[in-house]
Amino acid sequence: MIGLFDETVVSLFVSIVGILVVATIVAVLLGLRHQGSQSATLKNLNQRIGAWWIMAIGLAVTLLIGETAVVVLFLVLSFLALREFLTIAPTHRSDHKTLVWLVYIIPLINYWFLWEHWYGAFAVLIPVYAFLFLPIRNALVGDTDNFLQRAALIQWALMVCVYAISHVPAIMQLPVMMDLGRQEAEGAPLGSGGAEGALLMLFLVVVVQLSDVFQYVWGKTLGKHPVAPKVSPNKTWEGLIGGVLTATAIGAGLWWITPFTWWQAALLALVSCLMGFFGGLVMSSIKRDRGVKDFGATIAGHGGIMDRLDSLSFAAPVFFHLVRFFFTI
Amino acid sequence: MNKPSGLLKRGLSKTIIAAAGANLIAQGDDGSPPHFPTQAIYYANHSSHLDFLMLWAIMPAELQPRVRPIAAADYWGAGIRRSIARGIFNAHLVQRYKDRPYTRADEKTTVRTDSGSSPKQGQLTGMTKILDEGDSLIIFPEGTRGPADQVATFHAGLYRLAKHAPHIPVVPVTLKNLGRVLPKGELIPVPHLSTVVVHHPIYLQDDEPQEIFLNRARSILAEELKTEDAVEGDAT
Repeated sequence: MIGLFDETVVSLFVSIVGILVVATIVAVLLGLRHQGSQSATLKNLNQRIGAWWIMAIGLAVTLLIGETAVVVLFLVLSFLALREFLTIAPTHRSDHKTLVWLVYIIPLINYWFLWEHWYGAFAVLIPVYAFLFLPIRNALVGDTDNFLQRAALIQWALMVCVYAISHVPAIMQLPVMMDLGRQEAEGAPLGSGGAEGALLMLFLVVVVQLSDVFQYVWGKTLGKHPVAPKVSPNKTWEGLIGGVLTATAIGAGLWWITPFTWWQAALLALVSCLMGFFGGLVMSSIKRDRGVKDFGATIAGHGGIMDRLDSLSFAAPVFFHLVRFFFTI
Repeated sequence: MNKPSGLLKRGLSKTIIAAAGANLIAQGDDGSPPHFPTQAIYYANHSSHLDFLMLWAIMPAELQPRVRPIAAADYWGAGIRRSIARGIFNAHLVQRYKDRPYTRADEKTTVRTDSGSSPKQGQLTGMTKILDEGDSLIIFPEGTRGPADQVATFHAGLYRLAKHAPHIPVVPVTLKNLGRVLPKGELIPVPHLSTVVVHHPIYLQDDEPQEIFLNRARSILAEELKTEDAVEGDAT
């Protein structure tokens, strides 16, 4: 075992690489058939597949290095997500000193608690201490214009970009809670989640991201009836049902990489995919309100970091707590 | 002065652009990359100390040594700032106030006018000399930093430079969001994605009055800041 890899992780990544190879070949064949007239959709598809390769390789490399690398990866993702969020959010100039805390200090403490496996502190830092401290810092500046809106905006940026996203790497520690109990797992050594923890995290990431992909595929092919036409005409009932059911079936088929039975895996996958869909819907509402199409252009073909992580950020905390409640002792 | 190598400077440019998440776009519908004339007078809106770093960083590497940012001597003129401004960015330092050091109170009391009052004639001779030698200029005609989403009225320097060399293209550059990264009076930058718009060059027309030219130049930036309101702006 190197890093958090074992044979199961290797076979999972081999399957992911297999899917990406097939996707790449299909895209190349499509390109050959339509040669000359490279359509926008095809170009976007190629960019997306290229970005998937980079994301899959990046995740594999950090898992090979170990838990610290994974935690640092998600800290960086949180930082980039915050940057995108603050860019489109209407912050005020007098928020600047509060934003320094929001961007540099609180995420570092949050991920440090996570890295220390100090779950009790990790769970309350942001919803208790940060949520009380940030408005205090803002009040000390003395600008009361739109105070409530500004305070709410800053807290929500922290909730989504840091707290929610950090629940993805937090999943790695769940197997320790299952084996030793929640109390004993506090402060467990680094990497104690092992390959089991890595697989549980990969289960959520793979299922939720595939749900996004299949919602896109089903929506593009069969989509007619929008779920929320005012928010996003691209999110259709056909895409939602087709995508979520497909990803749930894949989740059930992945039961062997989890500690769950096949139907438990299916239920958890179903809830995660639905939460993922709602995450995308909420983020679309924000984008529509602010009049932008994407959160940024960091990931070619996908948009910004938050455009790719929107579903995961809503699914991860719920998945984490369902597993923690029902499966740990 | 011992100047860093080209490679180091290119690395520095890339770092500045990446750190500010700068998205470099050209004006116009063609979507082509921005055009940088070999010699030009670049001017931009001013809301942050980062502005001049950003303008320098987006220049093509081969033009960088021949682009002279104009920086205020009262801020950039001493100590480490001076070495950075002169050594790395080849900045030309000007005195904003002739006979006394510039103070914080000045920033608050500066009266911005459309015409005439500033800059001092002495400031301009240095700049026209740079143009005569074939180098480009980067100037901030507002004279001082303001809010991220506004453009103050311009000082007359831009007009006088254009009048001095009417054949040199005047290139408007709009900097979006840099004032939110590091607003006036703040020390620690907060990351935002910024956008740099390089507009089509403008030229001083024959007999174009100072006020008309300055208003024309200013409104290009003001209009650009108004578009994409969603990306900009304070709480509404």
